[in-house]
Amino acid sequence: MTNPEAVREDLRGRVAALLTDHDPATTDPVTFHRARFDAGLAWVYYPEGVGGLGLDRELQPFVDTLFEEAGAPGNNPELNGIGLGMAAPTILAYGTPEQRQRYLRPLWAGEEIWCQLFSEPGAGSDLAAVSTRAVRDGDDWIVNGQKVWTSVAHKAQRAILVARTDPDRPKHAGLSYFICDMTAPGVDVRPLRQLTGEAEFNEVFLTDVRIPDANRLGQEGAGWRVATTTLNNERVSIGGRPVPRESGILGAVTRTWRGHPEHHTPELHDRLLRLWVEAEAARLAATRLRQRVAGGQPGPETSALKLSFARINQQLSGFELELLGEDGLRYEDWTMVRPDRVDFAGRDAGYRYLRAKGNSIEGGTSEIMRNIVAERVLGLPGEARADKDIAWKDLIR
Amino acid sequence: MSEDILLLDTDVETALRAAVRSLLNERCDPAAVLAAYAGDRSLTRSLWKSITAELGLAGLLIPENRGGAGGSARDAAVVLEELGRFAAPVPFLTSSVIAATVLLAGDSELVAQLATGECTAALLAPFSAATVEQLPALVKDADGRLSGRVTSVAGAFEADVLLAAVRTPQGTEVHAIATALVTVDPVVSLDMTRPLADITVDAAPGRVVVPAGAGLPALRVGLATGAALLASEQVGVAAWCLDTTVRYLKVRRQFGRVVGGFQALKHRLADLYVELESASAAARYAAGALATADPDATIAGAVAAAYCGEIAVRAAEEAVQLHGGIGMTWEYPVHLYLKRAKADQIGLGSPAHHRSVLAGLVDLPLGRD
Repeated sequence: MTNPEAVREDLRGRVAALLTDHDPATTDPVTFHRARFDAGLAWVYYPEGVGGLGLDRELQPFVDTLFEEAGAPGNNPELNGIGLGMAAPTILAYGTPEQRQRYLRPLWAGEEIWCQLFSEPGAGSDLAAVSTRAVRDGDDWIVNGQKVWTSVAHKAQRAILVARTDPDRPKHAGLSYFICDMTAPGVDVRPLRQLTGEAEFNEVFLTDVRIPDANRLGQEGAGWRVATTTLNNERVSIGGRPVPRESGILGAVTRTWRGHPEHHTPELHDRLLRLWVEAEAARLAATRLRQRVAGGQPGPETSALKLSFARINQQLSGFELELLGEDGLRYEDWTMVRPDRVDFAGRDAGYRYLRAKGNSIEGGTSEIMRNIVAERVLGLPGEARADKDIAWKDLIR
Repeated sequence: MSEDILLLDTDVETALRAAVRSLLNERCDPAAVLAAYAGDRSLTRSLWKSITAELGLAGLLIPENRGGAGGSARDAAVVLEELGRFAAPVPFLTSSVIAATVLLAGDSELVAQLATGECTAALLAPFSAATVEQLPALVKDADGRLSGRVTSVAGAFEADVLLAAVRTPQGTEVHAIATALVTVDPVVSLDMTRPLADITVDAAPGRVVVPAGAGLPALRVGLATGAALLASEQVGVAAWCLDTTVRYLKVRRQFGRVVGGFQALKHRLADLYVELESASAAARYAAGALATADPDATIAGAVAAAYCGEIAVRAAEEAVQLHGGIGMTWEYPVHLYLKRAKADQIGLGSPAHHRSVLAGLVDLPLGRD
């Protein structure tokens, strides 16, 4: 089937057949999603047998829309973003047939939530510096270490994990990539309270956690390459859908502006409009990037978008507190809670101000993003590396 | 907001860009541009001739049935971006964009003359004017002769005719006055690649080219189109500054290493790249909205005008700084771009003016008004 319309027609037929057999109104979500997976309609660009039909990636939104319009249930994408967006493509790329069979279906169906055990207190931007150790013991690995900034770890059944298996090799070469059972003995998830007062993330302590070698993804020592696949897929998700004008934090700030004419000054007015213009220009840059990479893979230019959105969010949220004057001195609630996801718009200005500080740190700091833009877009020389050919165990840490 | 406006070059636009760039590469040498500061304006004459005769761009925005090339605002944006990259001293913005747009509202034969390049026009207004209220009105005497003085006019040296706003009891007319019949006093301008002149009109005959009923809207559209498309020239200026600075910092060595490898400089260039990407998307969106007469065109134009002027100045200022000593020299061309960028920022309304216009358009008023 090379005719695109014929392919779409065939997909329409498959979706209709599935909807006939499994009425979304009466089928429980997990059953529905298992059936969708088995019909190859989960990720149509995956191979047959693991949730797909081996079709073009561009057809995925078409299928998603058909299901959305039919009122199909959600598979918890807010909670399972790491599973759907990062673990699944990595398992597809590096998993054995057994691993693909075991993990992809429950992941898709939202039965198993995934988290990511990558960052450590000593390895944030320098991710290849992780020191969590995995030591071979027969058919198992015994893992010890501490991970940090782990979203949804307290809800997750599975994790993707990068650990050091050979400290005698340079840092990038001594890593291996595992699938970790979050319910295994020795896995201790503790809330990590942030400056907003809430614990949106966790710390995960791994003490003599046993991971079967069958749960290793990719070759021993090839963990960095596997992790790169994961991280590239993280970037793909950035800027995926068009956002409307005045959305996000800007929307919250303009509502505040319109609602508080008594606080207006000419100085604040000009600052607001500067930010509005900047946000709109950045939104258009995102639109253009989307047009440029339509169908293909976004490159390092996505780092540029992340830089501008982080800066604009921080300036806007700081501006909003000033605009509010006396009310800007108040905070909604310091009680420790563990939210499932970040909701900027549904919260007060003080929360927005504090949480936006993370925008220039999470998913790669703005400093690292600038290096990426400078080196990979503008072609300027790379940073001097003091740790390139030295065994990890000999590095000064 | 129109998500379907293409913000990339079409194949036709890529070809147009290549043609303009190749001509400028060949005939717009920075040393010759610099000569404008010593009063040598020969480059302008030869270059404008090439652009009108060889590329046929003088009438780009004029429809084919009126003798022009029938191009769109997107095409004009591409041309302006390339002209900005070379700080090219030609009256494309003043004649082919602003004057042509104003003239299209009338049915004078001047349109066809402008389209072929046999005649070049300029709006009789300070280059800084952003609104029709800021256009100086000439006085019309009983014989219909016009008088008045207008300062800091751009494009006047190349113009065969000047377009003047003349207020009458019936409304504002646009008159064409032969430049030969007025006094043109050269001004020592901040940007000599778009030099200004003070114009004294003393009982000169004018002929109506846009009638009273259509005059005001025509002038308004001319200024707004000029401001929206000037953003593309500003993007071209900024792009040259970034490209040239990056190229220089890849070869300049200090402390035994390539200067562009220092993180402090890399980060500044990365920030500039990010801003330039935004500016270029904003300028393109404004041109695209104009080209399709999209209802969002006024907002798009205000955003582009408010943003791109600031970014061009920043890019030029960073270029001077990051070039170090050579950036301060007369010999090295970066100062040509600094002067063009700063003059452009003031031209056709400052960023602050365009932000205040935008405030009204997007319902972000100051206070309770």
